Amino acid sequence: MLTVTLKEPTTVPLEAEALSPDVLAPLKHDAICALPVLLGKRSMRLDDFFTVEGDGSEEIELRGDLTKVKWIGQHMTRGKIRIVGNVGMHLGAYMTGGSIEVTGNATDWVGGEMSGGSIHIGGNAGGQLGCAYRGSMSGMSGGTILVEGSAGIELGMRMKRGLIAVRGSVRDFAGLQMKGGTIVLMSGAELRTGAWMQRGTIISMKPLRLLPTFAHACDYNPMFLGIYTKHLATLGFSIPHEVTQGTYRRYTGDAAVPGKGELLVWQPR
Amino acid sequence: MIRIRNGKVYDPANGVNGVIRDVCIADGKIVAEVDVAARTLDATGMFVFPGGVDVHTHIGGAALNFARGLIPEQHRKATPIFHSQYRRAGIIGTTPTTFATGYVYAGMGWTTANEAAVPVLSAKHTHEELHDTPIIDKTCCVLMANNEIVLDLLENDEQDRAKQVVAWYVWAAKAYGIKAVNPGGVAGWKWGKDCKGLSDVIPGYKKVTPAKMISSLAQIADELNLPHPVHIHCNNLGAPGNASTTIETMKILEGRRAHLAHLQYHAYGGDDWFTMRSAAVEIAEHFNANTNLTCDAGAVLFGNTVTVTADGPWQHLLYQLTGRKWGNLDVENETGCGVVPYVYKEKNVVNAVQWAVGLELLLLITDPWRICLTTDHPNGATFWRYPEIVQLLMNADFRKEQLKQFPDSTLSRMVLPELTREYTLSEIAIITSAGPARTLGLTQKGHLGIGADADIAIYNESNDVAQMFAHPRYVIKSGEVVVEEGELRKSGEGRQFAVKPEYDESIEDFLRPLFQQHYTMSFENYPVSCDRVHNLEVHACKYCGK
Repeated sequence: MLTVTLKEPTTVPLEAEALSPDVLAPLKHDAICALPVLLGKRSMRLDDFFTVEGDGSEEIELRGDLTKVKWIGQHMTRGKIRIVGNVGMHLGAYMTGGSIEVTGNATDWVGGEMSGGSIHIGGNAGGQLGCAYRGSMSGMSGGTILVEGSAGIELGMRMKRGLIAVRGSVRDFAGLQMKGGTIVLMSGAELRTGAWMQRGTIISMKPLRLLPTFAHACDYNPMFLGIYTKHLATLGFSIPHEVTQGTYRRYTGDAAVPGKGELLVWQPR
Repeated sequence: MIRIRNGKVYDPANGVNGVIRDVCIADGKIVAEVDVAARTLDATGMFVFPGGVDVHTHIGGAALNFARGLIPEQHRKATPIFHSQYRRAGIIGTTPTTFATGYVYAGMGWTTANEAAVPVLSAKHTHEELHDTPIIDKTCCVLMANNEIVLDLLENDEQDRAKQVVAWYVWAAKAYGIKAVNPGGVAGWKWGKDCKGLSDVIPGYKKVTPAKMISSLAQIADELNLPHPVHIHCNNLGAPGNASTTIETMKILEGRRAHLAHLQYHAYGGDDWFTMRSAAVEIAEHFNANTNLTCDAGAVLFGNTVTVTADGPWQHLLYQLTGRKWGNLDVENETGCGVVPYVYKEKNVVNAVQWAVGLELLLLITDPWRICLTTDHPNGATFWRYPEIVQLLMNADFRKEQLKQFPDSTLSRMVLPELTREYTLSEIAIITSAGPARTLGLTQKGHLGIGADADIAIYNESNDVAQMFAHPRYVIKSGEVVVEEGELRKSGEGRQFAVKPEYDESIEDFLRPLFQQHYTMSFENYPVSCDRVHNLEVHACKYCGK
């Protein structure tokens, strides 16, 4: 396993696309140390900011407060990154495979436009999780993002496929312009959930303040939820059994688009 | 001081066609001889060209910047330029950032560019962006053909006063020439309309027509002795059958000099999108006969880009055709602009015809001095793809290979398969440098004669023409080596050229109350002061007569 430790946090953000198994796995220690990172607009060496232990590996452990380190795992296709600490923006952007685990918090743009692989955040995440970048037609199109803490605004904006599950609270505009995929909100969300939604499913275990353009369709017990909870359990994200029982109130919308998405809001017994 | 030794020199303006000789530089100019202590660049086996001159491009200002803002997803895919000793950071892509624009032009051996469409109202913005476009020299043309003050004057047959107003506007903007975009059509767009017929009354008016505006501006440019003639984006751009409008425009000009912009977009036959075909033969025939005219190709290359033009009504139609996102700006009293990201696809019949028409015009127009190589960057393709067009012009077999991808039903709409002409290096030097320089009236550019600006591109001889023209061995700008083996060695600011046409200053008494009544900007704040234009060089109003 390769271990890369941040010497001390920087004031100016570090852009570290090189911190990806695809880049690191084939390299020896010295080559890894010489990899470029950007401190603001200046290109510098990886070992100007990190200590490197070992040679390249498919398994990488990053240590330290990486809150200002951006683009870790960008475009990764394989391997595993474990971050012991917090992590900066654009974690796992455009990834297509492999897995990323964060013990601490993440900032904005986790899994931006990812299409495969998995990300598991042990703490809180910021906004724009699994989102489309500005101007892009689609956000996340595959893979899984799991957040044990809370998440920020525009969760899953324009996502097309994939699964996002958040245990803590989520801020405004969850599922904005969603085209497909599934979002599981264990603690509900703030305002405007599902705004401009075209298709896809948002499941909330807590009541939601709904937009007036969502209409009540029916009450039922979705059979697929049991399959999802088993799947999430295999990924280390447990969901209490009781929420798979009982009724879900189904709302369709967003009629403003017009959309055929669904919001499933749990009705505890 | 520099001596370029033993290069094969192409200087068509001075009748030099591939002659092996030295070129000497001192104090930023071409000189007859230099001291033995001069730096020597050994150009053995290399071609020596005057630096490229882009007669029609969109590289800075409000419209282009609006386009930048509309396509963030393209910027993410663009090649970045990282900060270094000689370079500011930036990105290339379809709308390069300002610094990147200068570096990339210079990197290809192009040393002068004409920003072809500037609203006077936002001229300050344009000049600031051009200031941030390093190395190359710049000119700009101001949009006049939909200016409501000028339209009102022409409505009332006040031709002379219109001339004074136009002259005032050109100097207020610190511009180099006059641009006419879809005369009357952009004014009509303010009412949600267009003006496709040159004899149609412009919406909002009772009498004045696009024909009147075209002939008036051409006359004004001549009477003001502007070094560059009126620069016209004809009515009906992009529409099947628009060749008739273009031919009518040529007739309206009645022998007056004019420059027809991006002629490719105005050379279509057919009745609708299903029957659209090339009309390059008809257009070239008329153009060849009207020796008062120059043009630029506005060629199209397949791939991703963004369309940016003052032709608001056309851009609205393009938005409806494509369903892509669209941006529209209105410039009070003067003009407007529309932006639509676009992809030219080989499998799209219309795009295939457009691709062919640009090349056909370049091959069918017999005098290379009268047609300039452009893509109306970024509309037809980005400027850094010009070497691809050079390859298509110089190699008929390569063209034939490209044509194989099209089905017979597409090939029947174009004449390109029949054209076997191949451009020589001298002709390439004409359409990329000497010709545009002459068209712009920049007498010190586009040639390597004594006294010329020392703007030079030196290319390694290669069979791969596109590669050769994309990567000069050396680029010299104002007598200094700025690019060497693909690396930037030096970065200066470049100059901005403007003209000060003669006008009666009492015209300001006429304009001041109109500004009070119709503009949101005060008259005093409106003109660009000289100190706001960095490295300004005012050229004489003197048409060089060629």
